[in-house]
Amino acid sequence: MDLLINIVEQLINGLRTGSIYALIALGYTMVYGIAKMINFAHGDIIMVGAYSLYVFYGILGLPAVAAVLLSVVVCVVLGVVIEKVAYKPLRNAQPLAVLITAIGVSFLLQNLALLIFKATPIPFGSIIKVPSVQIAGIHISGITIVTLVVTTISMIALTLFINRTKAGRAMRAVSEDKGAAELMGISVNGTISLTFAIGSALAAIAGLLFICQYESLQPTLGALPGIKAFVAAVLGGIGSVPGAMLGGIILGIIESLSKAYISTQLSDAIVFGVLVIVLLVKPSGLLGKIRIEKV
Amino acid sequence: MALLEVRNLGISFGGLRAVDSLDMSIEKGQLYGLIGPNGAGKTTVFNLLTGVYRPTEGIIRLDGENIVGKKTVEINKAGIARTFQNIRLFKNMTVLDNVKAGLHNHYKYNLLTGILRLPAYRRVEKAMDEHAMELLGVFGLDGEAKNMAANLPYGKQRKLEIARALATDPKLLLLDEPAAGMNPNETEELMETIRFVREKFEMTILLIEHDMKLVSGICEALTVLNFGTVLAQGNTSEVLGDPKVVKAYLGE
Repeated sequence: MDLLINIVEQLINGLRTGSIYALIALGYTMVYGIAKMINFAHGDIIMVGAYSLYVFYGILGLPAVAAVLLSVVVCVVLGVVIEKVAYKPLRNAQPLAVLITAIGVSFLLQNLALLIFKATPIPFGSIIKVPSVQIAGIHISGITIVTLVVTTISMIALTLFINRTKAGRAMRAVSEDKGAAELMGISVNGTISLTFAIGSALAAIAGLLFICQYESLQPTLGALPGIKAFVAAVLGGIGSVPGAMLGGIILGIIESLSKAYISTQLSDAIVFGVLVIVLLVKPSGLLGKIRIEKV
Repeated sequence: MALLEVRNLGISFGGLRAVDSLDMSIEKGQLYGLIGPNGAGKTTVFNLLTGVYRPTEGIIRLDGENIVGKKTVEINKAGIARTFQNIRLFKNMTVLDNVKAGLHNHYKYNLLTGILRLPAYRRVEKAMDEHAMELLGVFGLDGEAKNMAANLPYGKQRKLEIARALATDPKLLLLDEPAAGMNPNETEELMETIRFVREKFEMTILLIEHDMKLVSGICEALTVLNFGTVLAQGNTSEVLGDPKVVKAYLGE
């Protein structure tokens, strides 16, 4: 019985971490789907979100809700500006140039944070003050509850947005055929900006949830969740929105179970090992489509 | 005044002169054909008209307004829509959504309204649905609205492309080889559709075509391109009887 409760608790932990990965992975996959690039600076948006919350809430003493909203706004603006300044001029450049630029932007953001906030980790108390609950002997922390509720709402809202609204339709059209979309009067630049805005907003939310869990800030805090979310996006099939959600959650659960039952040190190796196996069996990822290039 | 007026239009790719000093004028309501052997520069002309390529020289006037240098999106808003030789539908979107994508600029609600699904969002989307269904109905595609565009048979995909282009509410409709890959029966049906579109929407149509039966059957005037220059121009029957044209198509 104890073992069963333990397993369920680990699954819930995995779900919590996984749903944060999923939120971040959505940004990678949407940007890839529309701009056909991997935005390696995406992970650092998480860090910017976390530091923004620290500044607005911890230093300026704004109310939690206002601090959260402002942090999301900062990330959205940053995401859109990065696209306009760094990526847009390279829209027709070779993919390698864009990739290097994205890595450069990532370093830039990390080093700016290092310059402003220094390397020493800053302790940061969680803004989530929801009490934990006990259901049938299973302990669920307040942060877990808030994380699951927030990520579920975000994912449902995003799915509805993409599938049921005018702007979402434009995003799908651009991701399928930029040229044809433009000839039908859909602005590709506007749609790409919107995609970066949405991706950054989701990364900001993920960053806030992440920092409430880890309670410590440092300039590189976005790197590891960023790379794991990227793995999740590839695992689910890059370019696929449901794939990113599925990939994130699977990754979180594998990580949590291997930490609990195999080895804490090996958990990352296991996570990346699963990616290798999945890609060997299904190169396009779990829900990805194989694109046949026309010759 | 002509709806579309092209003066001295030309474009070079490196040393290749793809289109050279093209003059062409299309009256409102006309059904106009652009023909010529493969590689004559017909699709290049379409790409110039829609702003995909920027001409090296020349003027393109739509309804009196020079559209050279405008972006593709702006040219579509100004009133030119097109279909493609190799069908370019949004294949993983539903038939209905393809047409609604064409309606994009004609209905407005802001982003937040859409995210929060406020009444204005529902009202506008409903109006878009009705408008799109009406267009699909015209082409007998209303029964397919919920299907993926990729799953439509070829002939219906061609029709859907025309419906999507018409959804952008153009003044001038460009059809790039609409009969490509069709059998004689389908071509016959397509001719009916094109005539019908012209009547129903009072549309001006410029089409590229290789199928001479279709060209002689529905086009009122023609421009024949050969190696990027105009070989002949004028009434369909005169042009098709021109020995130069016959030679270009059939050889000596």
